[in-house]
Amino acid sequence: MKRFAALFTALDRTTRTNAKIEALAAYFTDAPQTDRLWTVALLSGRRPRRAVTTTRLREWAAERAGLPLWLFEECYPVVGDLAETIALVLPQAGGTSTASLSDHMAEIAALAQMDEPARKAHILTVWDRLDGTERLLFNKLITGGFRVGVSQTLMTRALARATGIAEADLSHRLMGDWTPATTTWAALIETPDPTAALSRPYPFYLAYQIEGDPQALGDPADWCAEYKWDGIRGQLIVRGGTHFLWSRGEELMTDRFPELAQARDFLPQGTVIDGEILGWADGRPLPFAALQKRITRKSLSKRLLAETPVVLKAYDLLEENGTDLRPRPLAERRARLEALFACLPDRAPLRLSPLLPFVDWTALAETRAAARAAGAEGVMLKRAAAPYLAGRKKGDWWKWKLDPLTVDAVMIYAQAGHGRRATLYTDFTFAVWDGGDLVPFTKAYSGLTDAEFREITAWVRRNTLQRFGPVRQVKPEHVFEIAFEGIQRSPRHKSGIALRFPRMARWRRDKPPAEANTLDDLRALLASHG
Amino acid sequence: MSVLTFTERGIFCPVGNFFIDPWAPVDRALITHGHSDHARPGHRRYLATAPAAPVIRHRLGGIALDTIAYGERRRIGDALVSFHPAGHVPGSAQIRIEVAGEVWVVSGDYKTEADGLSEPFEPVRAHAFVSECTFGLPVFNWAPQAQVLAGIDDWWAANAAEGRFSLLGAYALGKAQRLLAGVDAGIGPILTHGAIEATCAVMRAQGIALPPTVPVTPETDLKAHAGALVLAPPSALGGPWARRFGAAATGFASGWMALRGVRRRRGADRGFVLSDHADWSGLNTAIRETGAERVFVTHGYTSVFRRWLADQGYDAEIVRTAYEGETLDSAEDAP
Repeated sequence: MKRFAALFTALDRTTRTNAKIEALAAYFTDAPQTDRLWTVALLSGRRPRRAVTTTRLREWAAERAGLPLWLFEECYPVVGDLAETIALVLPQAGGTSTASLSDHMAEIAALAQMDEPARKAHILTVWDRLDGTERLLFNKLITGGFRVGVSQTLMTRALARATGIAEADLSHRLMGDWTPATTTWAALIETPDPTAALSRPYPFYLAYQIEGDPQALGDPADWCAEYKWDGIRGQLIVRGGTHFLWSRGEELMTDRFPELAQARDFLPQGTVIDGEILGWADGRPLPFAALQKRITRKSLSKRLLAETPVVLKAYDLLEENGTDLRPRPLAERRARLEALFACLPDRAPLRLSPLLPFVDWTALAETRAAARAAGAEGVMLKRAAAPYLAGRKKGDWWKWKLDPLTVDAVMIYAQAGHGRRATLYTDFTFAVWDGGDLVPFTKAYSGLTDAEFREITAWVRRNTLQRFGPVRQVKPEHVFEIAFEGIQRSPRHKSGIALRFPRMARWRRDKPPAEANTLDDLRALLASHG
Repeated sequence: MSVLTFTERGIFCPVGNFFIDPWAPVDRALITHGHSDHARPGHRRYLATAPAAPVIRHRLGGIALDTIAYGERRRIGDALVSFHPAGHVPGSAQIRIEVAGEVWVVSGDYKTEADGLSEPFEPVRAHAFVSECTFGLPVFNWAPQAQVLAGIDDWWAANAAEGRFSLLGAYALGKAQRLLAGVDAGIGPILTHGAIEATCAVMRAQGIALPPTVPVTPETDLKAHAGALVLAPPSALGGPWARRFGAAATGFASGWMALRGVRRRRGADRGFVLSDHADWSGLNTAIRETGAERVFVTHGYTSVFRRWLADQGYDAEIVRTAYEGETLDSAEDAP
């Protein structure tokens, strides 16, 4: 595993994208092919099933280190990473190992067939032969949490550099259900795939949030407006008798949304549509949380498919009859899209995202203000004469989101973060008043500057009332403005309320805790916005 | 009467009527070393070791500072006091207080590995030991200094070969000079931030040998020093001061660099695990070698370390103090 550890170290020692790509490309050139294949698998999220519970690993590590388990457990939140905690507490290795990454992966796969004493013996033996980075990596492989700051896009770029194969082709080759056990480097990476061109998506055009007032955009007649949907951006491709659905992150989501296979029956070959995937029932969007289950659940049960049916809300036509329409003005693309959709039956999981007519900017502001009622999170503005550009460009597309909802809440619990936030208190629980009691209603992790996190961390250390494992109850002294995008009833939460994308908008140093909001205020928001 | 008591102003010896490293103004203060959380302004009289005195004077100005040699016994009131090397920074001391045959030792900050610059740590037998525990968790295990310094040399040499500066963040007092004394000065020139150069000048004046350094000023011709090692306080690395060095490689030298999360958060290319505080085994060894039955832990992972010591059969307690140890996440970087 020395070559793999050297790669990890090189990646870990730089924050420069180019240096990371160079290190990866070198690895994809000179490492053994079986190791390269495993590395591609790991960096594209294909991990072997966890063969040992973390509970056992903690016990065995503490035992091997000669430490009581409670002391090991105290170390974990400080380090913020279980694999690293184990690597750090174990005594120095007594031997060495020449096993490669794929050797280790084969052994890890074999653990599943062993009984527990044999598993333990194997793991203790490996621990005693690996030091430093190799030991950390082995632990990451057996605990399954393999995140090393390399995105799939970055890895694909490095693969392209190492092999001379185009990135888009490679990203297609890496799709699907393969594992290192079912394929080889040569078959997966080096064998040309005639279907690659069929699936290739167009780069997405991304909008900026509008700054200030849309008055500055000029004549309203030059602009088209539509709702900004709170779903998943998707590009639907129908070519050569099959279809593909790509996410904005250029991940293939075809299998996640089987409903859209019907598009093949309704759309002509050589059609590419840009739109938003939305959970959809009774003629309106379902909350994003419902759609999220469709992405996060490993398998799509019939029940889940029935509970959260999806549609593609189409807003642009990028290809028609195999012709790239992107250079044409939006007005023309839109007209062609509408013509295409005019003959679709209602049962097709495809809907037009309607244009919102407006005579002046004031009228559009009123439409925007009512967007939540339509299940949207604001409006989009697109210049009618503009071509479809690639990437995030200022000028022709703007999003004009609703201002978030906010409440002022009191911080009552704090927990240290993980990874790069280890040793800093960054994960907070917030409460509102219910009579004389503080009722927790949300957690939030983001929104403060590093300096503010450092300051609050020092404060948490001095003002801890009680500790529950890694969680500290703190003096109810600091008020934060919590911003969020939506509010929903939730029987699973003590407060009866769940928020969408809560974050800390401001540290309200000016507000004493007594002036924070109340549970009744939250209920009023639920009634008006839920 | 107890040899030492713990008060709101600091650690106090009633029969000697003096404080050790107090954090509020007192009449007489015995100072373990010159870091600002231990040596504070405002006391009427100070006592420190002779090698610690120049830096304390430099930092606190015209104070009434008396000095004492390591091992020298001095009677203060009914207490017999002596200072013993703590190995933390040059001049740093543990303070031994004996009253009617009962011996207490206050560690200040300490490390057990000899760093080639500070007077090496000496175990002192005691009935009670007041110990720091900045790195009092078993995840902190330092590699030998020679290995860490070799890593720094390799990094510097590789950057120098590419014509890049190597910006290394280190405390102005202690860590910076330890690095100066330990790196291979043959690799290239060494530049210093003003805060570090000032401390170096004080130490050179007291006869501590350090390789030549070039203080960075607005007039410094950086081109003439391409590939230099640049030593600066950690807080200077992310700021405007560091921008003049262009696309430099950056690193920190600190015990906290043992944690990958902290290393990544600091955003430096490299983290070198080098601390002037004892690691887990250093703390345990030091405490064992005092032979003390009672241990008071002052700063660091106090609650965990106290419980560990109690598990080991010590009569262990936590003392609340204003000491900070090695910090990377305080609102301001420690000096």
